[in-house]
Amino acid sequence: MRNLVVEMRTALLMTALLCVVLCGIYPALVFAVAQGLFPEQANGSLVYRQGTIVGSALLGQAFTEAKYFHPRPSAAGAGYDATASGGSNLGPLSKKLIDTVRLRVEQYRAENGLNAAARVPADAVTASASGLDPHISVKNALLQAARVAKARNMSEAAMCEKIDECTEGRSLGLFGEPGVNVLRLNLSLDAGKTR
Amino acid sequence: MTPLGWLQLMIFLGLLLLLTKPMGLYLVRVLDAKGKTFLDPVLGPVERLIYRCAGVDPEREHNWKQYGWALALFSLIGLLFTYALLRLQAHLPLNPQQLDGLSPDLAFNTAVSFATNTNWQSYSGESTMSYFSQMVALTFHNFVSAAAGIAVAAVFVRGIARHTMETLGNFWVDLVRVTLYLLLPLCFVYALFLVSQGMIQNFRPYTPYRPVEAAAGVQPQMIAQGPMASQVAIKMLGTNGGGFVNANAAHPYENPTPLSNFVQMLSIFLIPSGLTYYFGRSVKHPRHGWTIWSAMAVLFLAGALLCCWAESAGNPRLAALGVDAAEGNMEGKEVRFGPFNSALFAAVTTDASCGAVNSMHDSFTPLGGLVPLLNIQFGEVIFGGVGAGLYGMLVFVIIAVFLAGLMIGRTPEYLGKKIEAYDIKLCVLFIMAAILSILGFSAWACVSSWGLAGRANDGPHGLSEILYAFTSGTGNNGSAFAGLSANTPLYNTTLGLAMLVGRFFMMLPILPLAGHLARKQIVPASGGSFPVAGFTFGAVLIATVVIVGALTFFPALALGPIVEHFIMTASQAVY
Repeated sequence: MRNLVVEMRTALLMTALLCVVLCGIYPALVFAVAQGLFPEQANGSLVYRQGTIVGSALLGQAFTEAKYFHPRPSAAGAGYDATASGGSNLGPLSKKLIDTVRLRVEQYRAENGLNAAARVPADAVTASASGLDPHISVKNALLQAARVAKARNMSEAAMCEKIDECTEGRSLGLFGEPGVNVLRLNLSLDAGKTR
Repeated sequence: MTPLGWLQLMIFLGLLLLLTKPMGLYLVRVLDAKGKTFLDPVLGPVERLIYRCAGVDPEREHNWKQYGWALALFSLIGLLFTYALLRLQAHLPLNPQQLDGLSPDLAFNTAVSFATNTNWQSYSGESTMSYFSQMVALTFHNFVSAAAGIAVAAVFVRGIARHTMETLGNFWVDLVRVTLYLLLPLCFVYALFLVSQGMIQNFRPYTPYRPVEAAAGVQPQMIAQGPMASQVAIKMLGTNGGGFVNANAAHPYENPTPLSNFVQMLSIFLIPSGLTYYFGRSVKHPRHGWTIWSAMAVLFLAGALLCCWAESAGNPRLAALGVDAAEGNMEGKEVRFGPFNSALFAAVTTDASCGAVNSMHDSFTPLGGLVPLLNIQFGEVIFGGVGAGLYGMLVFVIIAVFLAGLMIGRTPEYLGKKIEAYDIKLCVLFIMAAILSILGFSAWACVSSWGLAGRANDGPHGLSEILYAFTSGTGNNGSAFAGLSANTPLYNTTLGLAMLVGRFFMMLPILPLAGHLARKQIVPASGGSFPVAGFTFGAVLIATVVIVGALTFFPALALGPIVEHFIMTASQAVY
């Protein structure tokens, strides 16, 4: 019994001591060095336009107008809510999923002038895991290019060039999948117009 | 699978293989109370200071009972500490969003979840946890639950390696040395790498921003912030898996690039893989350690390939609507990872008891979702959680040796120790605890209104959601078929109990087993000893894991993902 009291005291002290190291010194040290070396990333890779924050280069946001490229459907909050990340969690046989995707396929074809038999890229009609996916597939971007080019009076070739510029390739040319950063692309289109 | 997919898989496995020996050798030094490491000049004084302040005599070793008491008391205090902090959140600092304290059942569930290295989350991080709660209440357990798991594995290894001895090491020394020499320095470097990829590490309030396409009258949008990198580093290395934000490693801040994703996968397996080498080295039979590693690698590959294939093939029901099947199943997945890296991550995170996710398992195809479920039900011995994976696998090793002994009619012996009835009873207790908890709680939830109410999907998928929750809780994994609404008093409580069973009822047989093994004498190897290295032993071990560990769950799986697969391919039914 006396031993148990001694061990209890050790356990309490150990908790306190490790807490200081692991929950105080360690995160503070990471904070200090990260803010010194990578301040932009550590603060959220924020994107500014004329002095106001218009989002983060890493996070998707909603676009619905024809002159913008559209991101993937989002299940984060009411859509692209960066304080409520998450997916739809609908299973593969969910009626809700299948009905929703059917609507999205029709809408995507109508918006982009595709015929009724055209295959629609999967990422364009499914919700991402985070609800904040900043990317769309290259195929998806190319299918939207004609619509955006028309809305902006640009040539499709120039549009494809823009898409290429805003495509983020595989890490080290090997890992993951390439994707077009929608926010970057739309911002560069807006910037091109004002110039 | 594409050629690039195969290449990524080969690089992953190749790098893991290369890192196993250096990691194992370093573990040998860390887990030896007198071991020397290159960090001694910096951390040696800190280590000695902690012993002095806490009144620990590092020279004094514990027997298994003393070791168990120290572990139990330390875990209990940590649990109460976290419970208190979460309840009092509103009155604590670093809470720029002025988030409220947690309800009693959610605080209990979360405290248990982190203390048991599960990191099941009934809450979403960005709308529930203050920076203080994340950094102190939760990160504390990310470190010490990982260290405690490694400590128990070390005790088991010492039990096998030592003979005619009572003592097995000092819990406090193991805890402090693993934390200081292994986890802290790795996490520090790793966290900085993650920030370089785009992960956040700040204490700012959530950032308001004006979306580019700001329609008039739209609410100002916010971006969640916080000290993420320091927590995510240990979340992966310590196979904890509790996300800083709700979307976990799918969130672009929490896993910004495919490179960060690759390194995160590798970091989950790093320590568990190194522990197999540490084990082989400690029992002076490195080939035995490598045989265990190989058995793990085979089981890992089998699951990963099945999952990658199923997710790349996609959902035929969506293809019928005109969706291009070439991209695979993209519901609940991120473009930068695609189906391949999402499926691989799912296999890795459930082989180990990590539970971080970079895609939503609930939206996987039936067979794709079967793999993570089955991986946890194997007992998370495919590399497994830090420490827990090794001691779980060693239980299967002992059972495999016992079964082989029965087949040839000899008293089984393992590395010079006779395996007796007492040892086997403890091994069976270890395995039964998990089975009873998973199937018992799932069955209860399936016939109760509170259990059924939580389902987000109907049909067999609803059963899978419930089964996954209790499998994940008991397996101390923490991933989920996340559609399940588990933040209710009864789910929080039952899942909390399942996590406690999965951690402590499974550690409980390990300690007396280690104590019993350590006391035995060594019998010299004879021609009748079963060789524990090489192809035959590897095959016996894999068969034991599959038959003893997972076959029990087959009936439940048949009613969940398996039947769902046939409904998907052979009918038009929807739910």
